[in-house]
Amino acid sequence: MSAATRPQIDEIWRWLSQVPDPEIPVISLTDLGIVRDVVWQDETLVVTVTPTYSGCPATSIINLDIEQALRERGIENIRLERQLSPPWTSDWLTEEGREKLRAYGIAPPIDGTAADGRLAGRIARLAGSSNLTIACPRCGSTHTEKISQFGSTPCKASYRCTDCLEPFDYFKCI
Amino acid sequence: MGAAVAAVDRAAFVEWLERVGDNALVLGHRVSEWCGHSPVLEEDIALANQALDLIGQCQLWLGLAGEVEGQGRSADALAYLRDAAAFRNVLLVERPNGDFGQTLMRQFLFDAFHIELLRALKASSDPRVAEIAAKAEKEVAYHLERSADLVISLGDGTKESRNRMQKALNVLYPYTGEMFHDDATDKAVAEAGIAPLPSSLRAAWDATVREVLEAATLTHPGETYQQGINGAGGGKRGVHSEYLGYILAEMQFLQRAYPGAVW
Repeated sequence: MSAATRPQIDEIWRWLSQVPDPEIPVISLTDLGIVRDVVWQDETLVVTVTPTYSGCPATSIINLDIEQALRERGIENIRLERQLSPPWTSDWLTEEGREKLRAYGIAPPIDGTAADGRLAGRIARLAGSSNLTIACPRCGSTHTEKISQFGSTPCKASYRCTDCLEPFDYFKCI
Repeated sequence: MGAAVAAVDRAAFVEWLERVGDNALVLGHRVSEWCGHSPVLEEDIALANQALDLIGQCQLWLGLAGEVEGQGRSADALAYLRDAAAFRNVLLVERPNGDFGQTLMRQFLFDAFHIELLRALKASSDPRVAEIAAKAEKEVAYHLERSADLVISLGDGTKESRNRMQKALNVLYPYTGEMFHDDATDKAVAEAGIAPLPSSLRAAWDATVREVLEAATLTHPGETYQQGINGAGGGKRGVHSEYLGYILAEMQFLQRAYPGAVW
């Protein structure tokens, strides 16, 4: 693909924003914040992706989905690169992505609680303070409790609303 | 290859990477054995997720071990095609699962060490080590939070749960010293600035363990005989308990029987 005919980078980002996450198809790969860079290197399109969790089984599917989406748009020379650093954080979820999660029934991560924030939360909890308030994505109540720190995928925890009594997933802060 | 590799004996670096990777692999496999057997569904899911994190981390560490070794061995080749004597994990992680309490106590004792190791590794002179550590640290912080909470809940729980947790602690504590024992390999990578000396992580681990055991109303075993340090034994040197052989028999069977098989 010559310089004159190859698609613009903005256009490619727009295509990638239409590729759903294989585990939580309501959000896209760009909503999740895992596509770190898109760049042409001569005739090859290099897409840099960072894993959410080091053992996330969706990682290889994500790479396949990206490749397929780009091939369908006529891009033939694609190289996918893995980037570990800086490590992915749930803070990179877009605003739009958070709203989509909520509408889907998954409580989005609470801003600014990644890494250091979570440890601060633990210290506060050990000191007897209450934990962070996570609102029920169904009824909006803040009367919720944790069932398990883990959930149906590596990126989620299990919660329950004590008002509407529905269990729900909470997107872990990391 | 960066300057760090040139400055350290390559064999020592590979050996050290195998230790870190094998700890994650063997503990990950052990924890995965609970899949479908846990006392409640939420715990089953939690254990499976932790296993996944650990096996993911192992892929990164063993992948780097193969790269540094430079003989074309992949993470898969290292995981599936080495025999027990070539594994470098500490004895603690190959201990049998026992009951749920024993599994959790093993997890807590290891997580409290693991987090300190990874935090220190973020400052490694080798950027590849530092970036894997930064990635894994976030996951392991989460593991420690869970295992510490559960050790406290079950220790400070019913008479039965407390007894089981105390028993688990007494059985496992003699396997913790190996994590902090410095040998020639540790000293070589520490001198190159790649990793901290294991003994330097001890004070922080002690503080976490004492704080959690106290909250859990459990009795600290104090100074006990420590396995794997004296004589010629110890997982870090490849002298394992018989348990590792059973783990490998299950884990490696498919690649041994059908070499090169892929999904």
